[in-house]
Amino acid sequence: MDYSIKIGGEAGQGIQTIGETLSKVFSSAGYHVFTHQDYESRIRGGHNFFQIRFSEKSVMASRDKIDIIVAFDKASIEQHERELSEYGQIIYDSSTLKQKYEKSYFLDIPFTELAVKHGKNKIMANTVAIGAVHGMLGMELDILIKIIKDTFIKKGEDIIKANIDSAIAGHDYAIKQCLKCSFATAPFTKPKMLIAGNDAIGLGAIASGCKFYAAYPMTPSTGIMLYISSKAKEYGIIVEQAEDEISAINMALGASFAGVRAMTGSSGGGFALMVEGLSLAAMTETPIVIALAQRPGPATGFPTRTEQAELQFALYTAHGEFPRVIFAPGTPEQAFYLTNKAFDIAEKYQIPVLILTDQYLADSQWTYDNFDISKIKYIDYRLRGDALKSLKEYKRHAFTNNGITPLAVLGDSKHLVVADSDEHDEEGHIIEDAETRVKMVDKRLFKKLPLIHKEIEPPLFYGHQNPEIVISGWGSTYGVMKEVVDELLSNWDIAMLHFSEIYPFPPTNKFNYLKVLKDAKITICIENNATGQFAKLMRTETGYSFNQLINKYDGRPFTIEFLMGEIDALIR
Amino acid sequence: MPSLDDYKGQDPAWCPGCGNFSILKAFKDAMVELSVEPFQLTVVSGIGQAGKFPHYIRCNTFNGLHGRTLPVATGIRLSNHEMLVIAVAGDGDCYGEGGNHLIHAMRRNINVKLFVHDNQIYGLTKGQASPTSMEGIITKNQPFGVLSEQLNPIALAVALDCSFVARGFAGDTEHLKWLIKEAINHKGFTLVDILQPCITFNKVNTFQWYRQRVYRIEAEYNPEDRIEAFKKSLEWGDRIPIGIIYKNNRPIYEEKIPVIKDIPLVRQPFDITRIEKTLKDFY
Repeated sequence: MDYSIKIGGEAGQGIQTIGETLSKVFSSAGYHVFTHQDYESRIRGGHNFFQIRFSEKSVMASRDKIDIIVAFDKASIEQHERELSEYGQIIYDSSTLKQKYEKSYFLDIPFTELAVKHGKNKIMANTVAIGAVHGMLGMELDILIKIIKDTFIKKGEDIIKANIDSAIAGHDYAIKQCLKCSFATAPFTKPKMLIAGNDAIGLGAIASGCKFYAAYPMTPSTGIMLYISSKAKEYGIIVEQAEDEISAINMALGASFAGVRAMTGSSGGGFALMVEGLSLAAMTETPIVIALAQRPGPATGFPTRTEQAELQFALYTAHGEFPRVIFAPGTPEQAFYLTNKAFDIAEKYQIPVLILTDQYLADSQWTYDNFDISKIKYIDYRLRGDALKSLKEYKRHAFTNNGITPLAVLGDSKHLVVADSDEHDEEGHIIEDAETRVKMVDKRLFKKLPLIHKEIEPPLFYGHQNPEIVISGWGSTYGVMKEVVDELLSNWDIAMLHFSEIYPFPPTNKFNYLKVLKDAKITICIENNATGQFAKLMRTETGYSFNQLINKYDGRPFTIEFLMGEIDALIR
Repeated sequence: MPSLDDYKGQDPAWCPGCGNFSILKAFKDAMVELSVEPFQLTVVSGIGQAGKFPHYIRCNTFNGLHGRTLPVATGIRLSNHEMLVIAVAGDGDCYGEGGNHLIHAMRRNINVKLFVHDNQIYGLTKGQASPTSMEGIITKNQPFGVLSEQLNPIALAVALDCSFVARGFAGDTEHLKWLIKEAINHKGFTLVDILQPCITFNKVNTFQWYRQRVYRIEAEYNPEDRIEAFKKSLEWGDRIPIGIIYKNNRPIYEEKIPVIKDIPLVRQPFDITRIEKTLKDFY
């Protein structure tokens, strides 16, 4: 069992709700699920889709071949009919599409008519469709019914009954009418958790004790703010919607300076506005975590689509010279743990840490058995309360052997905390002399950097142990690369290197990934951008050049078939 | 009880005779009279001559970026609403680069005290026009004279229903000290625009120019009458009013946030074990 379902329609037709409900059903059934979304930058109309892949085996990318297309608009048929797999089916409602399709793989299901008849409201058409998919797959409705009950508990019995009746109607109709449906689903097992990249970053932030998040809404980073907001009351977090991104980062810096863990997030255009604040964080040695959710630019391009084209921007943006850390998680699981590591490192070294994600990862849902909370690191590095009071003297930027001066919480003692964006002395007051400037740069940059470098983990190595072919990538291409390696391993000595801790560039002493590359015949860097930004970074940092590059920059993520085809063309 | 000595900071690098000296004196006197200890307050500033202000007193300080004083002050105040948070800015800093933040700080009504050193000129960059420069004034960078209309921060603040709007004058230190104390004692966002002659670059709006025009607002004036406040805010020219022009009792932003109703954010503990429960949401 390895099926893909695509729900297509206009914005505003509830495509996402159907997709999320079905994904939830599959993950509750214990299946592995991977979903991704494709939507336009508009509130209503256009063509959107939600794609779900599920299997009893691990899945971590989308396929091109679709087994069930649920079509709510004609575009779903015009654009995706050719994606249908050999035994695939398209379900649609001829009364709403105002068209009948005669080919054998079309199944006309009167979503609206059944909704009105059984759910007493045409709005139930979506539930009919969900029920119909169950019927086609030969799945019973138990899990769905439980989800309906949980979802509508506050809306009352009538709504619950209308939804259940609609689902049953769709289910039964599909069973009777879909004579060609030959799908079979695996037995249910233990429910899995289903989580998207943005939620994983938000959850990671909360689990790291983040207490302040300020941002200006910008796709695809908004989901992080929304998730943290939804938990603000429970966890005691202030989520401030700032007037602009400049304010957002400065507010977060103010909060961090005052003594709480703080974060901001944006996408390229918004992050561009934060850049001066990034330098400010560095100069004042104020910890901050910044999520940079990439989307195709420049200013600002393809607002709802995906790209990995802000790596060089994240690396080199901001004025002056200072240490920064950049993480690029490849999965929601990595996003969760790396967000935690981002908070830990930001606080420990009093530096800015960036989390690079993108639309694809932000919206993609993955399934897991669990996240391990015991792996979460939470150390309060700040000087506060009695520990601070008992100090005889405190200087915010006092020179120390390792360049790190404990960050004191203002107001907790008689000690004063002084920060300055201009160069400053140990107390934090403006200076102009050359000698102090050099000592401060040494403190902030040269003393901390080797320590920070030691924290960075090497890339993940997967596949053949002595590979002739090595594919490499960073961030959200993890899943598709891994699946492609799995597919190609039967014929080729292939492996992958996935980089999620990108800067400082991982040292080779923990694992000599450079040797792996140098020993291979063909090395390919796979990136969702036009210019091979990571390949350039690799060359700059290590002198190593990949033999080949595969770049995709149409705003869409790699699919398994597409990447296989590209790799195949290079290695044959 | 704090003394003036407790507030003694670095030696100011301002021009001798600068209006900023009297603001500094009025501020220190006000702090001592209000019995605020240096560690109980945080002064936030941006860039410019006013931006250096916190270095010349002893207290918690965040001297950040040009125009970004208010967002930083907002972040500090939201994290620790028991902290007295003072924002110090210049006219270019606050009305030019930071205009957007000013508007939204007034909307939020965050309980931050903003004091603007308004010398109607860019001093640190050596004499360009500022948003409050009067129309027609010739500078090196405005050879045809300032072509834009002078920004009226007082009228802007009244229009935005800012919780406390006042104007002070660096040449009347006693009155300024009183205004600073009134602003600090007021609950809500306060804008105190302080006329502060730049003796080096502003050859028009001099101490003498102001002394001929500035007058203390009449005792019978009611600053809670917004329409009258509008009228008062428009007075500029032969007569320039100083004092409290407008105030209201709007609830402050911090009090509307349930999360910090009982304890300031900075003192709230974090319990990681609860995450297990939250993880269940994803099943």
